[in-house]
Amino acid sequence: MENIASIFVKSIFVDNMIFAFFLGMCSYLAVSKNVKTSMGLGLAVIFVLGITLPVNYLLENYVLKEGALKWLSPSLASLDLSYLAFILFIAVIAAITQLVEMAVEKFTPSLYASLGIFLPLIAVNCAIMGGSLFMQQRQFVNIGEATSYAFGSGVGWLLAIVGLAAIREKMAYSDVFPPLRGLGITFITVALMAMAFMSFSGLKI
Amino acid sequence: MSKLFSDRIKKVFMGPLSQDNPITVQVLGICSALAVTAKLEPAIVMGLSVTIIVAFSNTIISVLRNMIPNRIRIIVQLVVIAALVTVVNEILKAYAYDVSVQLSVYTGLIITNCILMGRLEAFAMANKPWESFVDGIGNGLGYAWILVAVAFFRELLGAGTLFGFKVIPQSFYDAGYVNNGLMVMPPMALILVAVIIWVHRSVNKDLQEK
Repeated sequence: MENIASIFVKSIFVDNMIFAFFLGMCSYLAVSKNVKTSMGLGLAVIFVLGITLPVNYLLENYVLKEGALKWLSPSLASLDLSYLAFILFIAVIAAITQLVEMAVEKFTPSLYASLGIFLPLIAVNCAIMGGSLFMQQRQFVNIGEATSYAFGSGVGWLLAIVGLAAIREKMAYSDVFPPLRGLGITFITVALMAMAFMSFSGLKI
Repeated sequence: MSKLFSDRIKKVFMGPLSQDNPITVQVLGICSALAVTAKLEPAIVMGLSVTIIVAFSNTIISVLRNMIPNRIRIIVQLVVIAALVTVVNEILKAYAYDVSVQLSVYTGLIITNCILMGRLEAFAMANKPWESFVDGIGNGLGYAWILVAVAFFRELLGAGTLFGFKVIPQSFYDAGYVNNGLMVMPPMALILVAVIIWVHRSVNKDLQEK
């Protein structure tokens, strides 16, 4: 239980998806122009990460890993399918985003209206795929840890994008040096935020 | 032969290297660009891998473009990309194991690299295979040179080495020169890209945002 909580906190602050690994940068820079839409995208990311990562965890441990198919029949124990990981993970992510989109559209039309365009885009958000690949690399011992990592990373991503959006909203009024206007100054802002987050890196929980 | 290298093809190839650069202008594929640039070697390997994958996925999708139903095109594109990335990843593991360890998850993340989807959607779905191939090579190299530029400065100033060889003479260190440890940390990658954007936009004034 303690382990789960510490993974959660660590994945928000220390291993922040944006500031430590630059995952999901494309949509992070493109959609962070105002707080409301970035909040929507952040929630969608938490949602999709929270579903896809545990599913991929099960896939990794019961299908792909060396000897993972033992539960099916002992003769498959030497099979190592891990080279299929990329294709299966991305297929799961694309399929689940599609499903989530349909479910959200059916049951909560208001949420769908606010997330609408972002949901399909999430399939190609590096943060989601990155979450699954890091899960594969870190070898969590049970699905609880994987799930807490998923939600932690999602919350960290949300925090990062809402923070940047708030800064950019204010920055719209300032007079930035022309060649740096727009993209350039955004990069510098993110760098300064990343430096601030670096101070968490000694955190021991 | 002249048809293969017409003016249009030249434009398709040269555009992404500067005027229409995937990183500094189209803002695609930033994730991996920043993460693998602490050293020169992984950056070059990454740049080449992405170039090869963009070129071939562009060609394949362009060949298939009239057969893919519009509704499921994203999944088809992702599967093509994922297959190519798997091949590249296995080749790297076999022939350049050290680099593939340094790149860790980022080779896998080429799948979700926005350059790929972006070029497939914006170019390969509407153009002939040869043009798409050239567009892929152009965009891949446009991406690669930014990576190499960032990695060059990060490795030189952060560790005093290039490709792992010491280039800053010992006498500098004796005279009190110190490696800038911040250079190898993630934030400096962002600042260096910002500096490249700054220089790039000072030269190309029409790219400046209002």
